[in-house]
Amino acid sequence: MSLLTVQDLAVARGGMRAVEGVTFSLAAGQALILRGPNGIGKTTLLRTIAGLQPPVQGRIAMPDDAVAYAAHADGLKTALTVTENLRFWAEIFGGGGLDAAMSAMDLRGLADRPAAALSAGQKRRLGLARLLVTGRKLWILDEPTVSLDTASVARFATAVRDHLAAGGAALMATHIDLGLDEVEVLDLTPRRAKPGVPTRPAGFNEAFA
Amino acid sequence: MVLALLKRDLALATRAGGGFGLAVAFFLILCALVPFGVGPDTGALRPIGPGILWVGALLACLLSLDRIFALDHEDGSMDLLATAPIPLEGVVAVKALAHWITSGLPLIVAAPVFGLLLHLPGAATPWLIASLLVGTPALSMLGAFGAAITVGLRRGGLLLSLLVLPLYIPTLIFGTEVVRRGAEGGDPATPMLFLAGITAGVIALVPFAAAAALRVNLR
Repeated sequence: MSLLTVQDLAVARGGMRAVEGVTFSLAAGQALILRGPNGIGKTTLLRTIAGLQPPVQGRIAMPDDAVAYAAHADGLKTALTVTENLRFWAEIFGGGGLDAAMSAMDLRGLADRPAAALSAGQKRRLGLARLLVTGRKLWILDEPTVSLDTASVARFATAVRDHLAAGGAALMATHIDLGLDEVEVLDLTPRRAKPGVPTRPAGFNEAFA
Repeated sequence: MVLALLKRDLALATRAGGGFGLAVAFFLILCALVPFGVGPDTGALRPIGPGILWVGALLACLLSLDRIFALDHEDGSMDLLATAPIPLEGVVAVKALAHWITSGLPLIVAAPVFGLLLHLPGAATPWLIASLLVGTPALSMLGAFGAAITVGLRRGGLLLSLLVLPLYIPTLIFGTEVVRRGAEGGDPATPMLFLAGITAGVIALVPFAAAAALRVNLR
């Protein structure tokens, strides 16, 4: 079963085409890693696939309500505790498994600590634990391992492996080797947009797209 | 799901740095300052009381508007909420409701006391409460629209005030008229109906406009 099909996709950032002609598909149990130099448009591509901005061209097909997106910012409320933060997202997404997620990301000892008192790596672990409680099939991850130590990267890799084994899929932009099997790498460098192609038909107002 | 968002916003508002009670404190200071400015005699205060109370409520409401979406935008929650199963229109409505509960509702509770400071006649107090109860939801909802438009901007608060205050004019006119007629023993039914109509229209239409503005700002 294909969880994500992307055909001839072009995305734009700030009115400039970033990458174009991106085509791939992702089936259950598969992971795809996006590589490419800084600024080529990995984040823009992931945001477009997550549905946060419209594509310039091409087609994205996926089942309804499949995506869990994790960006550079973890979306944590510093005034709430670790458990409260996690429970909020579980309730919003109608998922569960709070305990399992806390164990998987080694957050049990921090359960009652306010998120304001977490280190950068601990915040990231909480942000990744959020993925586990969404119950979504398709994870879209933007540099998920930033500020994680080696042990935490290993924990995260295990979580991804379990997710894939349970019939999920993951699309991520990362430069770290997670040691996953069945992982494909898509290098975006050859897909860099050719300069001079307008992102919109003439006279089209971007604000009303 | 929607309740979880409301619960979280209320919890955040009442914890440290949440700004709960700020609106009431501002309202109190404003109402306490007016007698110093225009003199404490009843003859001077009574005619301007309804207007001062409503303008005060309006400005107090304005204080916390920029927090509705800006904080969620800064910490990345907005992106995650946009991919959540709740439609953005629902997010807007719930956040406006949370804003009303944390800043509008305390104003309504405190308004009778502040009415005394401005020598508002006793007969007008029920009408003051009723007009605020009917009118302030529109203030929160219109404010959410302004907040959605200015969400990505640095120092968007001032622009937000400039955008939102003109939209408050109809509510201000009819809200003040209800209290004035209540104070003078007239029939407040007509302005009350207009006030209710404005609020109903705003609640029905604005979530869609605000959600559209958020979608543009998320890109």
